[in-house]
Amino acid sequence: MLEIRDLSTAVIGPVSFKVTAGQCVAISGASGSGKSLLLRAIADLDPWQGEILLDGTPAYLVPAECWRRGVQLLPAEPQWWAATVSEHFPPQANVDPARLGFGADVWQWPVQRLSSGEKQRLALLRALARQPRVLLLDEPTANLDEASAGWVEALVADYRTRHQAMVVWVSHAGTQRVRVADCHYQMVKGRLEQEAA
Amino acid sequence: MTELILLSPLDLGMAAALILLLALLSWRMRLGLGNDLMISGARTVVQLLLVGLILTAVFEQQHLVWVALISVVMLLVAGREAMAQQERRFSGWWGFGVGTLSMFVSSFTMTLFALLAVIGPEPWYTPQYAIPLLGMVLGNTMTGIALALDRLTQNAWDQRAIIEQRLMLGETAAEAVRDIRRHSMRNGMIPSINAMAVAGIVSLPGMMTGQILAGSPPMEAVKYQILVMFLITAGTGFGTLAAVWLGARRLFDERQRLRLDRTRLRGRESAGS
Repeated sequence: MLEIRDLSTAVIGPVSFKVTAGQCVAISGASGSGKSLLLRAIADLDPWQGEILLDGTPAYLVPAECWRRGVQLLPAEPQWWAATVSEHFPPQANVDPARLGFGADVWQWPVQRLSSGEKQRLALLRALARQPRVLLLDEPTANLDEASAGWVEALVADYRTRHQAMVVWVSHAGTQRVRVADCHYQMVKGRLEQEAA
Repeated sequence: MTELILLSPLDLGMAAALILLLALLSWRMRLGLGNDLMISGARTVVQLLLVGLILTAVFEQQHLVWVALISVVMLLVAGREAMAQQERRFSGWWGFGVGTLSMFVSSFTMTLFALLAVIGPEPWYTPQYAIPLLGMVLGNTMTGIALALDRLTQNAWDQRAIIEQRLMLGETAAEAVRDIRRHSMRNGMIPSINAMAVAGIVSLPGMMTGQILAGSPPMEAVKYQILVMFLITAGTGFGTLAAVWLGARRLFDERQRLRLDRTRLRGRESAGS
């Protein structure tokens, strides 16, 4: 279980919520309400106060790089720095690019050739290749057509049930929130408000 | 030995006229360099004349305290200058401290090493040797450190999205910033490596030229120049290494978060975006 207690940064908070094993929580809200900043704080990329516990262990007891490997943030604009796709994956990555509509040759693709939608889909694979306990998804289907968005939703749901992983899904689309999440929050001016199911 | 030809104020005035001409040209062409040229030129005259006076006094005194005092002043000025040359620098004392500490460690070690182990003047702090040696090592180390730190902070700023992406994927701060650190090191070291590579072919190094002008036999001047070039490269290298190491650590906090809010643009109080 991922527990967030009175989390606040310089800009947002205090925020408290829980994600139980295998659960997906959706967060929506106007742009600028602090959704991305909340995800950044949970991934420990920005300084924060309060408590974050993963399966009972406080974040500060876990080395930073292990925390981020286990609590994967998929940013709205994923970055690719090396020449080819495969260089961004750990060796023997246990992920199947076919699930997101890629052929087996995708590993050798030069990063420069990737469209923003391809970058976003491959970034999900790249995050899953780290075998995270928690996925923090920042509008993961923003640049995708309907079919690709469907693949992404299916892959996340599959990973979640198979590994009892926890997902925090930031999304604008109302229909998607209903499809993917069991629990819905609205972010307003840096604070969370729970919505009735 | 040939007699040293003494320069008159008129001789220097003629050289100064060249700088003035360049500044006039710059003003006419609106290059925005004219003021800098004039100010820097004036600083050269005033500073060097002052140094001449001070050195004359110190050479007569031959006292360790005076040598140490001058060394500290040189270090502090070099530290300030290295900071001023950086477009994006660390805020607070770190901006001054990272460069100055690195310079202190490398330049002073190199100079002491040269004085005690290599040249061996009697006493070891003989100002005729200690001060010019330290000056040359310090001056080059300063440039190297300024170039390296400038590249480090600027690249970290430009590539902040990539650095944070690598952190998100579970890399340590050291891994995420490794490429930038390497580029910064190269940036700081390449001028002195190049200087060694072309020494004597493309350029006649200033120190050697000065010694020859002053009447030293060329082979003696060359030997000193080789020593000085090695000291400069080693000093620049170790200093740059230390500065980049310290700087790269300062870019991240104890939770390995990229903390660009610890840097600021030249002339600004806090991190500008």
